[in-house]
Amino acid sequence: MKNPYIPYLVEILDAWYEAPGDRCIKTFKVTFADPAVWDVWSHRPGQCAMVGIPGVGESMFCVSSSPTEQGYLRFSIMKTGRNTSALHELEAGDRFYVRGPYGNTFPLDEWKGKNIVTIGGGIGQAPLRPVIQYIRDNRDDYGELTVIYGARTSADHCFKQEFEEMNACGDVCCHLSIDVEEEGWPHFVGFVPQLLLEAEPKPDNAIAVTCGPPIMIKFVLQNLEKLGFQPEQVYTTLENRMKCGIGKCGRCNAGPLYVCKDGPVFSYAQLKQVPEAFA
Amino acid sequence: MADKILKKDKAAEALKELSKFRLFAPAKSDDVVLFRQIEDPAEACLDYANSTVPPKKVVFPQTETLFRFKLGNPELREKNVEEEGTTVIFGLRPCDARAMSIVDNLFSWDYEDPYYLKRRELTTLVGMACVTPPSVNCFCASVGGEPFGTENLDLLLVDMGEEYLVKVLTDKGGKLAETIGSFMENAPEGAAAKAEELAGAAREALSRSIDTSGIEAKLPALWDSPLWKEVSAACLGCGICTYLCPTCHCFDIQDEVEDAEGRRCRMWDSCMFREYTLHASGHNPRPTRKERTRNRISHKYSYFPGKFGVIACVGCGRCVNLCPVNIDILEILGKVVEA
Repeated sequence: MKNPYIPYLVEILDAWYEAPGDRCIKTFKVTFADPAVWDVWSHRPGQCAMVGIPGVGESMFCVSSSPTEQGYLRFSIMKTGRNTSALHELEAGDRFYVRGPYGNTFPLDEWKGKNIVTIGGGIGQAPLRPVIQYIRDNRDDYGELTVIYGARTSADHCFKQEFEEMNACGDVCCHLSIDVEEEGWPHFVGFVPQLLLEAEPKPDNAIAVTCGPPIMIKFVLQNLEKLGFQPEQVYTTLENRMKCGIGKCGRCNAGPLYVCKDGPVFSYAQLKQVPEAFA
Repeated sequence: MADKILKKDKAAEALKELSKFRLFAPAKSDDVVLFRQIEDPAEACLDYANSTVPPKKVVFPQTETLFRFKLGNPELREKNVEEEGTTVIFGLRPCDARAMSIVDNLFSWDYEDPYYLKRRELTTLVGMACVTPPSVNCFCASVGGEPFGTENLDLLLVDMGEEYLVKVLTDKGGKLAETIGSFMENAPEGAAAKAEELAGAAREALSRSIDTSGIEAKLPALWDSPLWKEVSAACLGCGICTYLCPTCHCFDIQDEVEDAEGRRCRMWDSCMFREYTLHASGHNPRPTRKERTRNRISHKYSYFPGKFGVIACVGCGRCVNLCPVNIDILEILGKVVEA
């Protein structure tokens, strides 16, 4: 059995900034330096991986590409600490290390035939991106796809080009927002939970998935209830500090759940039983 | 293999023979007894209550290398635990041996931890029964153990006064017993019965106990109870309760680099530390000692049993004995039972 602590070397195919500023977000498109790794690597939307540089450290990030996008993985990473700052220094042709994939997945097979609503805020769109991409690549298997997304400013919006493309092609219903008025912004101004009420998705035969800052999630969950969504229809991801990613190091638990193993994907019905999930 | 007798005046010779392996035995360091690698039998201290520090570090070192690397070179060189060779822990208490079998659950569920499991495979456990409870705070019988417990041991020694009765419990133990066979003789008739009597008396001598039967189910219901603030008020957050706990297994992973050579290593961590759960964003889901204490107790007595079917506490009493502000896990559990 492979030693789970030894990461795979990856090479950056392309890297670009999604958002500027002190906590800028950079996307890395990578492939394994040893192509044979593709024979053993298989991830599903929602799963995560440990990303790092020996000598600096490792941190857990969601894989922000869908398995339907073949030949590469994507990670969209906000510059926050030591490891992410070191990763942000890297460009196409540079290398770093990845181990995984870890954790559970969005139950996309169970969701077949349903209308899907994603509600994201800021970098929280990263784990939702593979869900959206997966559905778009298996479009006939799902009903309506509604994408609700907001960030502080228009510059902070991730995946801008992809949103433009989604708006143009017409198979996705997009709702965008920024927190504060900006000249020339044609979409909603306000926080994501209000944008959700504005978009008013119908709960019938629907699944809602939300990722973003804890305060946003709190109000999104409340507003989804107002719109008639049952806790079983609502999914989110949790994040906690992690070191091993494989259920050993202890720290990522929310109550009895290991976020790295039992999560990161949970239904709201599950999380209602776990007070520490919202700590 | 039938029970054997090892006369105490032969113990040093037996230890000398065992020191051809990587031998750990209790040894005195100032006033503290801990498990150290022994080359000279004179270093060993077999007349001891219990070690201050449990022997868990033999299979789960306080700091260990996962792999080594050179900056600028993509090769990662995995630590080879096999090289450490056959290891013997001589004279550990039944509770500490049982603790390893509890921690085995964690390191072998789903992903197997190659470092820990390889060391466990290489290690033979020679226990020393507790003829008298090592501490006033021992409560092994309340959490599934006993002073003469054999769980997870390969050999068990019973101090009969002038000699040790040696019970062979596994094939691995049998092989080890053969290597010191020339220092032992067959146990006389009646030795086993005498050991049984001693075991009964030892169980009777345990002064502390708790009824743990309802605790696993009760803890989640006490999430918002004021008792957590109360029982953690004195806590200094020093983490000694977790460092000295034979079942605590949490670790951190850090990279160390000197010149261009580096290693990724893991080291014991503690859920009683603020940084343990601190997010990069600055958010901390367990911001105070109240939340950390609640997690420590809930993990041992509710989450771990929920996942693995066994309480992650062996009743060794170290966390009670060594807490600088006298926080007592049995008092906390007592409050849980009463609440």
